[in-house]
Amino acid sequence: MMLPYPLLTLSLVLMWLLLNGFTPGHLVLGILVAVFASWAMASLRPDKPRLGKWYLLPKLFRIVLYDIVKSNIAVALIILKAGRRSHNPGFLTVELDIENHTAIAVLAVVLTSTPGSAWLEYDSNDKTVLLHILDLGNEAEWHDTIKNRYEKLLMEIFA
Amino acid sequence: MMQAAADMPVWAAIAVAFFLLVGSGLALIGAIGFLRLPTFYERIHAPTLGTSWGIGGVMLASMIFFTVSSGRLVFHEILIGIFVTVTTPITFMLLARAALHRDRAEGNGNVPDKQNKSQIAKGVSDESESWN
Repeated sequence: MMLPYPLLTLSLVLMWLLLNGFTPGHLVLGILVAVFASWAMASLRPDKPRLGKWYLLPKLFRIVLYDIVKSNIAVALIILKAGRRSHNPGFLTVELDIENHTAIAVLAVVLTSTPGSAWLEYDSNDKTVLLHILDLGNEAEWHDTIKNRYEKLLMEIFA
Repeated sequence: MMQAAADMPVWAAIAVAFFLLVGSGLALIGAIGFLRLPTFYERIHAPTLGTSWGIGGVMLASMIFFTVSSGRLVFHEILIGIFVTVTTPITFMLLARAALHRDRAEGNGNVPDKQNKSQIAKGVSDESESWN
């Protein structure tokens, strides 16, 4: 097939034009680079992610952006008060229902870039993930956030 | 046409200064946390301040500054944000799993054991790694 990963090719062209400025010459060069790069990607044969309800992506993006702002403030306050031991760090194990590798990777990126929650390890045998939470106030609440706020949405996107 | 920084409109200067201060402030707080928090697993949270809104604030400030001062839309900084966000978890997991492995092997701290319900059930050896 000519273009095994059309979305990847398009993103690479866009990245090339962003980095080099838009000129017809760079458009041609960028398309060449992107096509060869996506052929190289195809020879690695990764799982091709299937985007189900892709129109939910902006919603995920909005939720994550809001949560990142919120947890940035929370973690900054914890650090500034670190001497007084006002927080309660702890480990949390969550059983995941998603199996799609791309969806799991997106969830890992979301949880890592949200300060205060760290993705430690995923076990594909029993489909659990071990997290470390900086302020584990209410364990059920964290569980609920991950399962209902992120995982449900991701399962719909990568249906 | 490039203008000098002093010729920027006030609203733009305020926005640039705000985002620059927020971004660098968060990066600084992250660095302080990295120094002050007591355990490894707590310290690992601190630098994510710098990689989320730390980089985000500086990125926005740079985008506003160069868009206003050069009079055309400049937003290739967004690539820095995307690549930092996407690559941070890799280093992060590498460090965290190394620490977990060490703590489990040496038996120090209250680190949770590897969940091996299914491994026991299936009689699989303990050596199997996730992501296989």
